Amino acid sequence: MDICIDKDLVIVGGGPAGLAAAITAKENGIDDIVIIERDKYAGGVLRQCIHDGFGLQMFGERLTGPEYAARYEEKAKELGIEIKLNTFVLDITGDKIVRTVSPDDGMVFYKAKAIVLAMGCREKSRPAIMLTGERPAGVYTAGLVQRLINIDGFVPGKEAVILGSGDIGLIMARRLTLEGVNVKAVYELMSYSSGLKRNIVQCLDDYGIPLYLDHTVVNIHGKDRVTGVTVAKVDEKKQPIPGTEEYVQCDMLVLSVGLIPENELSKGAGVELNPVTGGLFVDDNMSTNMDGVFACGNVVHVHDLVDFVTIESNNAGKCAADYIKGKKNEGEAIEVIPENGVRYVVPSTVHKNCDRKTADFMFRVGKVYKDARITVYDGDRLVRSFKKSILTPGEMEKIKLAQMDIDSASQLRIGIEE
Amino acid sequence: MKREDTVITCIACPNGCDIKVSFAEDGSIAKLEGYKCKNGITYATAEVTAPERILTSSVAVVGGEFKLASVKTSKPIPKGMMKDAVKALYSVKVNAPVKVGDVLVENILGTGADIVSTCVVEKV
Ligand SMILES: Cc1cc2nc3c(=O)[nH]c(=O)nc-3n(C[C@H](O)[C@H](O)[C@H](O)COP(=O)(O)OP(=O)(O)OC[C@H]3O[C@@H](n4cnc5c(N)ncnc54)[C@H](O)[C@@H]3O)c2cc1C
Ligand code: SF4
Repeated sequence: MDICIDKDLVIVGGGPAGLAAAITAKENGIDDIVIIERDKYAGGVLRQCIHDGFGLQMFGERLTGPEYAARYEEKAKELGIEIKLNTFVLDITGDKIVRTVSPDDGMVFYKAKAIVLAMGCREKSRPAIMLTGERPAGVYTAGLVQRLINIDGFVPGKEAVILGSGDIGLIMARRLTLEGVNVKAVYELMSYSSGLKRNIVQCLDDYGIPLYLDHTVVNIHGKDRVTGVTVAKVDEKKQPIPGTEEYVQCDMLVLSVGLIPENELSKGAGVELNPVTGGLFVDDNMSTNMDGVFACGNVVHVHDLVDFVTIESNNAGKCAADYIKGKKNEGEAIEVIPENGVRYVVPSTVHKNCDRKTADFMFRVGKVYKDARITVYDGDRLVRSFKKSILTPGEMEKIKLAQMDIDSASQLRIGIEE
Repeated sequence: MKREDTVITCIACPNGCDIKVSFAEDGSIAKLEGYKCKNGITYATAEVTAPERILTSSVAVVGGEFKLASVKTSKPIPKGMMKDAVKALYSVKVNAPVKVGDVLVENILGTGADIVSTCVVEKV
């Protein structure tokens, strides 16, 4: 017989999002909580992010990933929140039954009053970017290399080429260099880096690692193990330019080509996904389209800063607690629509007449803008505009609107004007 | 001697302010512009005189739930010593348990900075 346990709140994923949501729910009077985590430790991807730069918003300190995670883990422990490690969530059904499996307990079902989805994101891998060439060993995603070096203590090569200039790729360029690997170069398909400027300075410039924009890897060489790659310059349509090919010798190719929210579970449960980002549509209570199912962190949209994950997850935990206590947000909700260069906005609906002064809106743009304005329209009426000296796809933007502005609108459209 | 004015990207926080540093005739700093907080002044000043970085890495743990403990330097160390410091850590082995903030190596390579644990590794 499989076991079915009743729970007020089941949280899927024990990363920073899941931990923060659990802590806030507990602080708001919900006692019967379980966090389900498939890994052997809580803290999510932070455990392997041993570099510093976390926590400036929340603590005013430059913490490393493990330190940031440890603060929330300790808090969760103090509050007596149950965390099931080595436990995988297989699926979630419409009536909020969460089916889990673990080596210790076998199959266990949880019947939840509310669920918080906090599964984070995963890296795009080679099939997702359609690289051609041989299929030798030595092609890794940057996050895997990070885990191998920082958790397992194993450096998987001697000469590396990095494709993609996202933050993880930049951080790994430095880490590999410090571990004695010769990092030949970072190649980026776009005309800009999707990583933070500070990471280009402290991870590439500090070590003299060149960054080639408008370049890509067109071929991978090697039979059993990577022996080199062919790189080429690309034109405006991102097509390789014939005659610009160059061979670079290396025994590992590290892919840092982007992250996608981990939403297989959500899809299976019938939660609506945003086709643009692979993330989830949520309202200002971090509630999905499924009654009693909330979501927060990278599973909703990919964040650059864990501090914002925590803030968003505190909100999800609070709203899940309210839901369990039967407090529902009955007010009218209006749509928030991205336009003119804005790819998506979280939340995608927002409630009117709420007891708060401001509401936050987070989004990303599709290309680089200089000296532009973020505009918020209701029909033809300009509700608000914000001057911006620079907007890039690599950095999440956040704006605050007064509740008054929301109360008087029938729809909000957020876009960019040059 | 007069130095060329330069622009430093502050890495003390994710804002990444571009700070313009102008020098006086004697090579001292005449003016800093473009920082959003005082950490930027400290950073840009150090960067044009003696660049330093916090080092993060890991050391081997014996008898713990994990093989490695993540660590950082207790204060920034000279940029040129980063690789040597990582090398020096290869020979370090510590016994579990390890807590956040434990000093694992004192005064690494004479820099005055300690190697401090940034994670928890329980004994098994
Ligand atoms: C390489 C890298 C570098 C970063 N650098 C910085 C930085 O310098 N500064 C900064 O502020 N932020 C940084 N971030 C961002 C920050 O780490 C993330 O935004 C944050 O960890 C996201 O939290 P999360 O809880 O949403 O996801 P995660 O940390 O990914 O946690 C999700 C958890 O859910 C679990 N899970 C998933 N599916 C299941 C399932 N089916 N069953 C059970 N458990 C499941 C996973 O095992 C994982 O533990 C970085 C991120 C990465 C990847
Ligand atoms: S000057 Fe201040 S705000 Fe600007 S990057 Fe440096 S620390 Fe951040």
